Amino acid sequence: MRARLRVDFIACKGRGLCVEALPELITLDDWGFPIVSGRPVPPLLVPDARETVRACPLLALRLERVVR
Amino acid sequence: MRALIAEVDRAGLTGRGGAGFPTARKLAAVAAGHAPVVIGNGTEGEPASAKDKVLMARSPHLVLDGAVLAAQMVGASQVVIVAHRDVRDILGRAAAERRRARLDQVRVTIRTAADRFVAGQASAVVRWIEHGVPAPTAMPSRLSDRGLGGRPTLVQNVETLAHLALIARYGAQWFRSVGTPAEPGSMLVTVVGAVREPGVLEIAIGTPADQVLDLAGGPAGPLQALLLGGYFGVWADAAQAVGRPFSAAGLAGFGAEPGAGLIAPLPVGACGLAETARVVRYLAGESAGQCGPCRFGLPAVASELERVAAGRTAGLGLLRRWLGQVDGRGGCAHPSGAVRLVRSALRTFGAELSQHAAGLCGGTAQALPVPSPGPR
Repeated sequence: MRARLRVDFIACKGRGLCVEALPELITLDDWGFPIVSGRPVPPLLVPDARETVRACPLLALRLERVVR
Repeated sequence: MRALIAEVDRAGLTGRGGAGFPTARKLAAVAAGHAPVVIGNGTEGEPASAKDKVLMARSPHLVLDGAVLAAQMVGASQVVIVAHRDVRDILGRAAAERRRARLDQVRVTIRTAADRFVAGQASAVVRWIEHGVPAPTAMPSRLSDRGLGGRPTLVQNVETLAHLALIARYGAQWFRSVGTPAEPGSMLVTVVGAVREPGVLEIAIGTPADQVLDLAGGPAGPLQALLLGGYFGVWADAAQAVGRPFSAAGLAGFGAEPGAGLIAPLPVGACGLAETARVVRYLAGESAGQCGPCRFGLPAVASELERVAAGRTAGLGLLRRWLGQVDGRGGCAHPSGAVRLVRSALRTFGAELSQHAAGLCGGTAQALPVPSPGPR
């Protein structure tokens, strides 16, 4: 499955768990909110990305299928 | 009613609220759902824009005709018009007249719009009606699938509804008799800033910008730039922009589009960077505050732009970094719209940055209307 990470910024409060769990794909902006790339998650990292999505206490991180 | 949707499709009507989405496609999507609702969006949160207010004040029944028609076209039994508070009573009276005359088969209610910039976004309008909160929502689904009360919802700008009513009366061919083949019809525009008679005009789409300015009494002195589309719009150099058609195709070269129909010429005596900073400070204050990058990023961008406009151009790198960190990172278009405006200001007024650094900018005139911050 080709998938990419997406942040629901209305739900996100910048707790930062996702950055700790998945620094390969998530960085922080200058205010502490996650920056995810819009590119597909490399297949090897998809399980970690799923785990990170589950770890967000605010359910603000999603793994979306890339439709094309 | 399917035939009427096809007629709207032939007319080529697009949304006049800013996004320019094909109206027939939206109608068809909502018509496919069960028990839909129609919302006429007359929030007009943009402080420089007056076209929806003027339309609702002058032709309330045309807007209501269009809303009721849209309801019939999609099979809705309920219409809600959300109207700016300045014109709410005018629409309320018009709706009462129709009830007395038993004119419509659908229930029409008028609601006062929230007086905020972000309140006009479609999901914010739905949330305002439902919960009294004038802020956008994260959208797990499209409003055409699930909107007001979980029902398929058609949200159309009030000007779009007025065009719809006219197309129903006079047909697609009549509608296409002005405008360009790719962007047919007319549109309402608001001209503010350095013109002699600022106000609202109806123009054929594709009318050259200088003709639009002439219709507004002509430029009040030499111009340096035009703000195109709205406060989420784009600055363009006046000499390059005045001859361009006011249409998506005509403005594409500037990365601009007609948007909500704002044209704001900046006189030579004003500073484009300082004017943009004023607008961005206002936009930062108008953030719904729901999303971190918008809530914290826009005030930071405004402060840095104010410093740059005051001559402390060392912060330009930081400003550009923050523009990148705010762009596209919110639940609605608010942060991206503000970023777009600032980037266009840096492009258009970039040559003046060295003068600013040397303390040579003397532009003090204020051209753009920006409400002063006050209690809400």
